[in-house]
Amino acid sequence: MAEEYTYAISRVRAKELSLLTQQDLEQLMECQTEEECLQILYEKGWGKDGERETILSVETCKTWEFLRELVPNLTGFRIFLIPADYHNLKTAIKSVVTDRYPERRYLLWGTIEPEVLEEAVRNHRFSDLPEDMQASAAKAFETLLHTRDGQLCDTVLDRAALLQIQKAGRQSENHLIQRYAELLLAISNIKIAVRGQKLGKPLGFFQEAMVPCESLDIGDLARAAVSGQDAVMEYLSHTDYAQGVEALAQSSSAFEKWCDDNRMKLMKTQKTNPFTIGPLVAYLLARETEIKAVRLILSGKRNRLDDRIVKERLRDLYV
Amino acid sequence: MDINNFGVGLALLGAALAALLAGIGSAIGVGLAGEAAAGVVTEDPSKFGKVLLLQLLPGTQGIYGLLIAFLTLSNIGILGGSGDISFAKGLMYLFACLPLGLVGLWSAKRQARAAVASIHLIAKKPDQFGKALLFPAMVETYAVLALLVSLLAVANIGKLPI
Repeated sequence: MAEEYTYAISRVRAKELSLLTQQDLEQLMECQTEEECLQILYEKGWGKDGERETILSVETCKTWEFLRELVPNLTGFRIFLIPADYHNLKTAIKSVVTDRYPERRYLLWGTIEPEVLEEAVRNHRFSDLPEDMQASAAKAFETLLHTRDGQLCDTVLDRAALLQIQKAGRQSENHLIQRYAELLLAISNIKIAVRGQKLGKPLGFFQEAMVPCESLDIGDLARAAVSGQDAVMEYLSHTDYAQGVEALAQSSSAFEKWCDDNRMKLMKTQKTNPFTIGPLVAYLLARETEIKAVRLILSGKRNRLDDRIVKERLRDLYV
Repeated sequence: MDINNFGVGLALLGAALAALLAGIGSAIGVGLAGEAAAGVVTEDPSKFGKVLLLQLLPGTQGIYGLLIAFLTLSNIGILGGSGDISFAKGLMYLFACLPLGLVGLWSAKRQARAAVASIHLIAKKPDQFGKALLFPAMVETYAVLALLVSLLAVANIGKLPI
């Protein structure tokens, strides 16, 4: 029912006032040190006292806590939780296989408890995991155990995550989520093509890693990736993603920015939508984007990067 | 059986429909706008006054329904009088009540959606209250037109020589 999120959307609209604006980012950019940036962020209510190094993950957790409070059943947000679950699964597999357990290795907003994931991997009890995850988890674990190739393990789980996103997109009745899932799949396929082409991967790799989507022919994209970057750009120039070709020719960071800006463009359509889950999804992505922007600025200050380089990489904000 | 015995029943059905349909529309509308208003006030209690006014807008249809129902009940003698209404007049009262009933139901629901959108506008731009109030208020026009038609009809049916 379109009206079931009326209360939640009103709260989100009021919360949108506290999202960072372009001026806020510029103020952060003008800071001399990372410490000054953090001070401004604390004054804006970011982070928790005494947890300076985790300010960004605290903010992501806050967003999910807020959404959980508004929508007790987060099924509609599944598409945004899948990457966190698969990230945690990758981490669990790598930790168990390499016997290394760094602190704060898990994302805290996934749907599966990290301890459950780690226990299942350690005891080879993949049946304890959700049904959709079992086969890919076992395959990734075996792959890493026998080849010690982390990238190969990632490829298995990335594809499984994309297949889950595809399924969640198809199951959703919301037009925005359907379009977002399609965009996510297409962008992932393009990234696989671009990165795989640079590494000189064979056709089999692309066929293994890519996931079918409606707006791209992955067979043609894979063949183009084998032929070279020009062939990839030539193929993309005849698709809905033709505008990304220019960014791709520029640099990989310009292309990453184009991908994120494209996602944000889709979300901005929700600014005037008073009903459905769309505005809540848009708020989630708006928060993700501003956290990403802050991460970029903090990392730039920490590593004393030129402001121009940081500014070039800053994504469009929702507000 | 004399068919004219059904006259008062038909008129009563008209009054009931006017109160019921418009009342249901308003209850749905005020409820929906109330959810939106509560959401805004949760985050910013200072906007209570502004969002309350927007929440109340879809409530007017229910009042119009009550007015038409009262007038009908009064004219057909239910609230005192003979209650002697012919079948034809009873049917006329029924049809006279329908514009307000149906338009009241639909306009209250649509007005609520406009009110919700305006409440969201207030959440982000409280200085735009005047404009925000106008959008749902526009829908009121059609409820008022329906009220006028029902009111004129119900008030004058009794004068007809039937």
